[in-house]
Amino acid sequence: MGSRHHTRDDAATAAADRHHSQVTLHVNGTPRTLTLDHRRALLDVLREDLDLTGAKKGCDHGQCGACTVLVDGRRVNSCLQLAVALDGSEVVTVEGLGDGGMHPLQQAFLDRDAFQCGYCTPGQICSALGAIDEARAGHPSHVTDPGTPSGRPMPLGREEIRERLSGNLCRCGAYPHIVDAVEDVIR
Amino acid sequence: MKAFAYVRAGSVEEATEAYAAHPGAKYLGGGTNLVDLMKLGVEQPGALIDVGRLPLDAVEELPDGSLRIGATVRNSDVAAHPAVRDRWPALSQALLAGASGQLRNAATTGGNLLQRTRCPYFQDVTKPCNKRQPGSGCAALEGVHRDHAVLGHSETCVATHPSDMAVALAALDARVELYGADGTRSVPAARFHRLPGDRPERDTEIRPGELVTGVVLPAATAGLPSLYRKARDRASYAFALASVAAVLRVEDGVVRHAGIAFGGLAHRPWRAERAEAALLGAAPTEAAFGHALDLELAAARPLRDNAFKVPLARNVGVDVLTRLVPPTVA
Repeated sequence: MGSRHHTRDDAATAAADRHHSQVTLHVNGTPRTLTLDHRRALLDVLREDLDLTGAKKGCDHGQCGACTVLVDGRRVNSCLQLAVALDGSEVVTVEGLGDGGMHPLQQAFLDRDAFQCGYCTPGQICSALGAIDEARAGHPSHVTDPGTPSGRPMPLGREEIRERLSGNLCRCGAYPHIVDAVEDVIR
Repeated sequence: MKAFAYVRAGSVEEATEAYAAHPGAKYLGGGTNLVDLMKLGVEQPGALIDVGRLPLDAVEELPDGSLRIGATVRNSDVAAHPAVRDRWPALSQALLAGASGQLRNAATTGGNLLQRTRCPYFQDVTKPCNKRQPGSGCAALEGVHRDHAVLGHSETCVATHPSDMAVALAALDARVELYGADGTRSVPAARFHRLPGDRPERDTEIRPGELVTGVVLPAATAGLPSLYRKARDRASYAFALASVAAVLRVEDGVVRHAGIAFGGLAHRPWRAERAEAALLGAAPTEAAFGHALDLELAAARPLRDNAFKVPLARNVGVDVLTRLVPPTVA
């Protein structure tokens, strides 16, 4: 991906370049306008330009979920999102959760000991928040009984939580406690 | 990654014009596959024409009872749509069997159809691959090919198409709508993807610059019992070893319509036309389903390490078809 010198040192002269664009992202409620090389992924912009290092670079190929953030309210892999394509979007990272203190799901991760090394945790938390909203909006999952009616909140048992969070890998294997933490906040 | 120009299109006309004006252009939808391939160096577009925000984001019920799904509707929204869940359930199930929640939120209907194979040699630019670099050879033919094709492959390419969604669309007789320099046209979903032959670099029947604008689910399969089942190495977030989408209409104790498609077996969703023909007019028994699928899979030519896919596909298929028989008949 584009490295720092493409975006920082050359930014002033690059604005009119066909390989750069000015992009405004509303990150955790604050508008941030940047001139970006088109190659840059949202993850790299968050971490390198905006010093928001909560979202992690695990695989950088959309396979591990460590980079999960919410874009316009929906969880996505920020490593596969080109920042230029998100002009005007609302981005929420793990740093933007909670209202002054910790978000209840962050507290539940602490209470339930839902991590060991912690590398996947910001992605797990953002993903779980997205998954909870999806279920509330009536989105089914692979393990949802097809007979469950549409247009109503989908109940989230442990099997549902596990399936809906399958895009977030935890190499420490903290999965049982992660499910416990998510169950705590949906009760 | 090579530097590229970026154009956000406001309409399908703008998109196709921008494509024509930029040599080496690619359309960008959700980017979940294309951006990955760009990071790997497999794709090196000179320009991205962003079609992700085109006004093709509606799911419309058409007067004839069919359903049009716009090309930019996200996979998660198609899977959750009440009309899809209620009337073409195999499509919802196929989408939910694929990828992860994060990827389904970003991936578009059009992009899902146009995703590339996950053959490891296609994704590794240091290895020969006729699909990535025509004429360079096929490293999978004698290499690691447990996940590869057993039907319809050629000496030049043994890759499979990775989409679950496309398998359901093929079984349900959906059509793919396209817009390009010659105007609009539509092709059956079961014919949209190609077999590799000696041109494995071409995955689909799409013409240069043509844009997928939507897919249409027909009234003919609306409300019929349909199912998608996928066999894979782990319970979630894995590509199919073999999968089956099927739709069945049983009347007066006999099969009146059968739409059956296999995933994970070929370079395209494999519409099991021989099996369908064998089932027409037959009693919907497990034996009849097994016989019909055996006829279909007699054409299989497994590679050194993937012969297991043939009985796997058969057994998943028999299971799916058996479940589709109305209880009063069974």
